[in-house]
Amino acid sequence: MKKLPLSQLDAFFAALAAGQELYIPAGDAGTAAFTPWREGLKLTPALNTSRSAKDLFFPQVENLVDFKVTGKQIEIIENRAPAKPFVIFGVRACDCRSFDILDKVFLADPADTYYKTRRENGTIVTLACTEPEETCFCTALGIDPANPAGDVSGWIAEDTLYLQANTGKGSALLETLPMLEEGEKPELDQPVFDRLPLKDLDWSAFGGERMMEHFNSPKWASLAESCLGCGSCTFVCPTCQCYDIKDFNTGSEIKRFRCWDSCMYSDFTLMSAGQPRPTQLERFRQRFMHKLVYYPSTHEGEFGCVGCGRCLQKCPISMNIVKVAGTLGKEETP
Amino acid sequence: MRHDPLIPMLAQVTDIRQDTPDVKTLRVVGLDGKKPFLHIPGQCAMLSIPGIGEALFSITSSPTNEDYLEFSIKKCGCVTDWLHAMEPGQQVTLRGPYGNGFPVDTDFAGKDLVFVAGGIGLAPLRSVINYVRHYRDRYGKVDIVYGSRSKADLVDYQEILDEWSKEDGISVHLTIDNPQPDWDGHVGFVPNYVKELAFDTGRTVVMCGPPIMIKFTLAGLMEQGFPRDQIYTTLELRMKCALGRCGRCNIGDKYVCKDGPVFRLDQLDQLPDEY
Amino acid sequence: MQERIKAKAIELLESGVCGRVLGWKTGEFFYDVTPAVFESREEIERDFVFGPFCGANLSKYLIAESRKGGKVGAFLKPCDTYSFQQLQKEHRILPENVYAVGVQCGGMCDIDAIRAAGIKGVLDVEEQGDSLLVHTLYGDKSLDRAAALSERCRVCKSKKILGCAELIGEQGEEQPSARFEQVAELEAMTPEERFAFWRGELSRCIRCNACRNVCPACSCEKCVFDNPSSGAENKAPANSFEENLFHIIRAFHVAGRCTDCGECSRVCPQHIPLHLLNRKFIKDINELYGPYQAGADMDAKPPLVNFQADDPEPSVVRERGTNP
Repeated sequence: MKKLPLSQLDAFFAALAAGQELYIPAGDAGTAAFTPWREGLKLTPALNTSRSAKDLFFPQVENLVDFKVTGKQIEIIENRAPAKPFVIFGVRACDCRSFDILDKVFLADPADTYYKTRRENGTIVTLACTEPEETCFCTALGIDPANPAGDVSGWIAEDTLYLQANTGKGSALLETLPMLEEGEKPELDQPVFDRLPLKDLDWSAFGGERMMEHFNSPKWASLAESCLGCGSCTFVCPTCQCYDIKDFNTGSEIKRFRCWDSCMYSDFTLMSAGQPRPTQLERFRQRFMHKLVYYPSTHEGEFGCVGCGRCLQKCPISMNIVKVAGTLGKEETP
Repeated sequence: MRHDPLIPMLAQVTDIRQDTPDVKTLRVVGLDGKKPFLHIPGQCAMLSIPGIGEALFSITSSPTNEDYLEFSIKKCGCVTDWLHAMEPGQQVTLRGPYGNGFPVDTDFAGKDLVFVAGGIGLAPLRSVINYVRHYRDRYGKVDIVYGSRSKADLVDYQEILDEWSKEDGISVHLTIDNPQPDWDGHVGFVPNYVKELAFDTGRTVVMCGPPIMIKFTLAGLMEQGFPRDQIYTTLELRMKCALGRCGRCNIGDKYVCKDGPVFRLDQLDQLPDEY
Repeated sequence: MQERIKAKAIELLESGVCGRVLGWKTGEFFYDVTPAVFESREEIERDFVFGPFCGANLSKYLIAESRKGGKVGAFLKPCDTYSFQQLQKEHRILPENVYAVGVQCGGMCDIDAIRAAGIKGVLDVEEQGDSLLVHTLYGDKSLDRAAALSERCRVCKSKKILGCAELIGEQGEEQPSARFEQVAELEAMTPEERFAFWRGELSRCIRCNACRNVCPACSCEKCVFDNPSSGAENKAPANSFEENLFHIIRAFHVAGRCTDCGECSRVCPQHIPLHLLNRKFIKDINELYGPYQAGADMDAKPPLVNFQADDPEPSVVRERGTNP
C-alpha cells in the first residue's frame, strides 16, 4: 500500500494529470461534477457528484459516425477521435459498482466499442466513504463503501491518502508517481454505516421469479400518479443506460449521434403502429421493473441499482426506488 | 480502429416493386452486387437513410435466395416515406441480421404448417414460406391463410398466384374484408376464415398481422383446442440499437430485438402484456 | 396546521363535497414528500403531511384531476393559488370540478439549501423559532430558518390566497419582495459577462425536462420538443448554443403567464437558476407595460396579448435590448 500526505494532493494531481487527462469531483454540494483537473482545482466537499461517473464511459451525447450523401451515393465516414488514456479520481464505491453493471450491457457480444474503448483507456481510482448521506443505501446492496473497488482503491484518514492498486492498470499508474511512500492504512472504525437509516432495505422480494406478480401489482397506479415524466432520475442514475440514436444534418454532412434517453419519456416507445406504454404508469413501471426485476432476471440476481441515493435527492416529487421497492415488497396486511 | 456493431455497411437498392398502394418491396445488395449477409427466416435488419433515420424491417426474402435481400415496407412514417420515394440505384445503409428467427430447421421440421397473415404481416412469413417451399420434403402439409382490406392490399399477390398456389401440398386461402367486383374469392376477416377452415389441432401455426387479427385468431384457435406451444408469432416494437441496449423493445425481461422477434405463445404467456 | 388540514381533508371526503383530495404524502424521511391523491380517511390519517417541506406546487396536477370526473379537493399555498388562477384563465383547469382550500404558508424549506450549508446526513429537523435544529448522522447542527428556505420563499412576493373556497390560516397580503435584485445584477453586467454567466449555468443542463414538466405554464398537450415531426425535437443538443436556446425558448413561451412560482429552479437536479430567466421577462413586462402579476386577477388582460394605444413602440424594446 502507498501513502501520501494530503498536503501534497495538488502535486499528486499534477503528476497524474501530466500523463493523461485527470478527472476529479469538484464543485459545491448539489452541482459537483467530475471535472478535468487544472491547477488550483480542489476536491468537492460533497459526498458525491450530481451526475454519476457513468458520463466518462457513456457520455450524454457522442458522435457515432458521419455520412455524406451525394445524389444516390452515401459515404460512411468513421472519424472517431483517437482514444486517450484518462484517470478518474475519487469515484465512490457505488459508482464503481455501476461500471460492472454497465459492462454487462455494453460489453456483451457484440461489444459496444465506444464504451469498451473508454473502459480500456480509463483508470479508476476510488475513494472510500467516511461521511455517508442519509440517502445512501449501497450497503444494503452488498457494496462496502469503506473498501471500494476500482483499479486503485483510495482512503483518506486524518491527513493522509492511502492507495492500494488492485489491477495491473492500477499498479502501473501508481508506479509513475514518485511522491508516493510505502505505508499501511490504519484500521478505520466507522460506526456511522451501522446508523444509516436505509441500511436494512430488504429486496429479497425482487428478482426474476416474481416478474408477473410485480408487473401486475395494483400498487403502480398510486406510485406513478404524481410522476412528472421527466428524466432526472434516469439521467443522474449511474446504471441507467438506455439511449437514442439520431441523425443531425449539419448542412454539409450528417452526424449520427447517440444520446441518453429515458424510459420515462412519452416518445420513448412511440411507433407509428402504436404505443405499448401509453401512460406514465407503464413508463414508470418499466424503469423500476428494469432495475428490480428484469436486470436481475438476466444477470444472475444482481440488481440494477447501486444505492447511491441520487434519485432520492433529485426526483422533483421525491418518488424513488426505495419507496417503490418498499411499497411493492410490502406484504398486504388484510 | 474497431468496427462497431452500430456502424452500418453500405448497400444498394437494385429494384423496387410496388406491391400495394402503400407497400413496396425493395431488393437490396451489397456494393459488390452480392447478397450482404446470410440470415434465418424471421430475422430483421436495420435499414437507414442518413439524415432521415434508421428503422428495423423484417427480411422478406428467403435465405435460399442467394442473390439479394428483400424488404417489404409499408409506408407509415418518416423513414418509410423516404424509402417509398426513392428510386433504384439509391444507396442505403444496412446492418444485421438481428433476432432469433423461426425454428425452421428444428421445431418446424416434419410438421404440418399453417401460416396466418394479415396485411403487411405477410412480409416476415414470406421468408419462411419460401424457405419451406425450397425444402418442401422436410415439411408436411402447408396451408396459407392470408387476408387484407382489399385485393389491391394483398402483398406479393402475383407471387402467391403464380407460384405458391400452384405448388403441390400447399393450399392458399386468400380473403379480403369486403366484397369487390373483381374478386370471386373468400370475403371476411382472417380470424373467422381460420375458424371455418377448421385445421387439425396437431398443426403448427405461424402468425403475423395486426394486433386485432392476432387477438381474435388466437381466441378461435384456443376454442378449437390448439396447444399454445404450437403457435408462433413475430413481434415488432420500437428499437434503436437492435442489440438489447437502447432499452425500448423489452417485454418484461426479454428483448424483442435479440430474444425475439419470434415467440411461441406459451413463451409470451410468461411475459407481461405490454406489446 | 397539519392537523387542521387533515381534518378538513377528511371532512371534505366524508361530507361528500369531494370524492378525493390532493395533498402531500409522507416519505422515507421528513423532507421527501410526494404530491398524492387521497381517497379515504385511513390514507389521510396515515400518510397526509403538511409542513415546511411541502414545497411542491399542486396546481398543475389539477389540469388532469379536474378532468377525471367528480370533484377533487386541493390544498394550495398562496403562491400555488396564483398558478391555480392562471390555469383557469387559460382554460386548463375546470374550476367547477375543484374544491380549493387555501393554506397559509410560512415559507417552505429546501433540503438542498440545508445540504448547501454543509450539513450532511440529515435525519430530522425541529423548528425552534427563527432557527432550525437539524439532527444528523453526525450530531445536531443549528441553522437559521432563513438559510434553509427556498430561494423563492426568501423573496416571497405574496401571502395572499386567491380563488379558494375556504382558507386554513389567515389571509395574507402581497408584500415587498427583493426578487428582482439578482435580475438587476444581471442587467448591470456587460453582455459578455452575462453571456458567460448563462453559458456557465446552462452548461450543466442534462435536458431531463424536469423544469418543463413541473411548470404550470408548460401545459401543452404535446410539447414541440417532444414531437418528432416538429423538426425541433431534440433529446440532445447539436451544440451548446442550441442547449441554451431550449431554456430561452421556454422562457419566451411562458412569458406573461409565468407566476414566478419557482418550481423550475426547485426541481432542477443541476441547480440551474432558471427562475431568473422568467423573472427577467416579468421585470421587463412590469417596466414596459406597467405592473402585472400573472394569475393575480381573473379579469386582468395579460399585457403580451393585449394592445393598448400607449404601449411602448417596438423601438423602445429594441433600444433597451442593445443599451444595457
